[in-house]
Amino acid sequence: MLLKISDLHARVAGKDILRGVNLEVRAGEVHAIMGPNGSGKSTLAQVLAGREDYEVTGGTVTFEGRDLLTLPAEERARAGLFLGFQYPVEIPGVNNVYLLKAALNAKRKAAGEPEVDAYEFLTLIRQKMKFMQMSESFLTRGVNEGFSGGEKKRNEVLQMLVLEPKLAILDETDSGLDIDALKVVSAGVNSLRDPTRAVVLVTHYQRLLDYIVPDRVHVLSGGRILKSGDKSLALELEARGYDGVLGAQVA
Amino acid sequence: MSSKSQDVESLLGQKYRHGFVTDIESDSLPAGLDEDVVAAISQKKNEPQFLLDWRLKAYRHWLTMQEPTWAQVHYKPIDYQDISYYSAPRAPANAPKSLDEVDPKLLATYAKLGIPLHERARLAGVAVDAVFDSVSVATTFKDKLAKAGVIFCSFSDAVRDYPRLVERYLGTVVPAGDNFFAALNSAVFSDGSFVYVPPGVRCPMELSTYFRINAAKTGQFERTLIVAAEGASVSYLEGCTAPMRDENQLHAAVVELVALDNARIKYSTVQNWYPGDENGLGGIYNFVTKRGECRGRNSKISWTQVETGSAITWKYPSCVLKGENSVGEFYSVAVANNYQQADTGTKMIHIGRNTRSTIVSKGISAGHAENTYRGLVKILPSASGARNFTQCDSLLMGPKCAAHTFPYMEVKNPTATVEHEASTSKIGEDQLFYCLQRGISAEDAVNMIVSGFCKVVFKELPMEFAVEAQNLLSVSLEGAVG
Repeated sequence: MLLKISDLHARVAGKDILRGVNLEVRAGEVHAIMGPNGSGKSTLAQVLAGREDYEVTGGTVTFEGRDLLTLPAEERARAGLFLGFQYPVEIPGVNNVYLLKAALNAKRKAAGEPEVDAYEFLTLIRQKMKFMQMSESFLTRGVNEGFSGGEKKRNEVLQMLVLEPKLAILDETDSGLDIDALKVVSAGVNSLRDPTRAVVLVTHYQRLLDYIVPDRVHVLSGGRILKSGDKSLALELEARGYDGVLGAQVA
Repeated sequence: MSSKSQDVESLLGQKYRHGFVTDIESDSLPAGLDEDVVAAISQKKNEPQFLLDWRLKAYRHWLTMQEPTWAQVHYKPIDYQDISYYSAPRAPANAPKSLDEVDPKLLATYAKLGIPLHERARLAGVAVDAVFDSVSVATTFKDKLAKAGVIFCSFSDAVRDYPRLVERYLGTVVPAGDNFFAALNSAVFSDGSFVYVPPGVRCPMELSTYFRINAAKTGQFERTLIVAAEGASVSYLEGCTAPMRDENQLHAAVVELVALDNARIKYSTVQNWYPGDENGLGGIYNFVTKRGECRGRNSKISWTQVETGSAITWKYPSCVLKGENSVGEFYSVAVANNYQQADTGTKMIHIGRNTRSTIVSKGISAGHAENTYRGLVKILPSASGARNFTQCDSLLMGPKCAAHTFPYMEVKNPTATVEHEASTSKIGEDQLFYCLQRGISAEDAVNMIVSGFCKVVFKELPMEFAVEAQNLLSVSLEGAVG
């Protein structure tokens, strides 16, 4: 089991958001988490990544058998957990590639590997950028500095491709993308799919799931996963809405 | 708090690295200031009459002046009678003629500071003048510079060897009675550096002075004068450190730059005087007057400063743009952590036609610090076509620090263009978390974010010092974000 979440409770600013989440993700799988606004989807993503403002009040999370919740955020990242941010932040003056290289080297160092060779790194990143249809100017620009919404999301996926995480949690990576960008981003995510990795997609829209076909779909509502199913659940949600599918279960 | 914050907290343990005291015999005047003290300083240095007269005039003027109170800084009144105005490492009757004659303890001190006067300086191709307390102890590379016709020596040597040059330029940019601290300096300055680059000469290496305050209860009052003649160019860097002491020490320096037709002067400062401890005890009071005059056409003066030290910084490196088409620049990073107070900025005085100036100021505040940008852009009626661009950005780290911006503009010519941009931002939890989530440590993340913020200034520093400045910045701010 790659990720096992048991009865997870969390609160932010004194408010209980997660109220008993259970989820198991195996290597090789793609899971989609859907749910109405305010259901706790982004909170779940942030809690898994180790954001401090979120207080875990109960439950356990293991990642490859390790207790994830005791690890600081940077160690979770180095262990192979990647969060694609819903709103990637701008860091003016910090070179996009510099950050990415620092991130890759931090991960390699944790794994006892030597720092990446500069030339190799440039070759690698050029290849991934081409795949993500990003222009060379992204090499030298500041992190997300002046990027459009779509460019920021591509940049998140680029980072994911370079860091090759074991578990990628993508928080509304599809929001704000036009159809062409959605295809590119989806191709990026799909290229990472393999039997050793897993992806958790947090999304509002079934549209994304036409391009990245999930193994499992979960509906998060009121801080709990109320319903799980296969791809057809997403289609059902699209057709009938959350109320229609969840009915009386909605708190 | 969580483990991340604790990690960052523990980094706070990093102490000021230059806080040692060198045990060396020194020749000091007793504390106190009167005309006899001024005369004694002048006499110790065998100065010509013009200089003694100049000092005394400055002293008498100083007596009539009030300490300025307009800056956004707070400190207990300074007792000017409780300061020794002269301290020199005691040397044999004859001053050292070469590095080999310099007290090995002094050389060891500079080596500890990372300024080996011998090899590393040579490797780096940087000529270094080192000022210890009040006296210049060694100047490297004199010969190579002399071949190019460049004069680079201590101020005392300049007074002895080139009195006419000194008399011609001294006080022509910062007059003896310019302001309270400049007047005090003019009366009691004991040494400093002197540079003269003759017409058409491009100085073959970076020039550099390291200032070090060692003795207790002394003030340091050095004076630097740099003249770039027609078509000459020079790049100069100063660095500063002091031991850790519980009492405050006064540093009141004056720097004058003169650029004639088509001359260029680039003056960079990495100021790391002892800032006091984390409770605000001790530290250097840094009251400095720096001004450059673009006297000639097409001349250019560029100030770059990285200010991380001192308990109080009061400093406004300025440009007087007299020559037609002359250019003034000011690039500044000022960091204030713990209880440090910085009130710094620049003045750009546009007199000549088509003069241009650029101001880029980056202020970083952390802990309980107060950081103020204070700048004046003045365009006189004669300055047709003058242009200024000003950008002031402040970065706040933590909830208890403050940033202030006081931009003054006086535009008296309708053809002038003046632009001002300002921003204040908090070092975001979002930015920090973003980096952590990519596996980057909190320490590296803060360094990365802050140096990104300062990038436009650092790229103005000479290459070998940009790295030093960046390291200094990370030491100054360690533990500032939790």
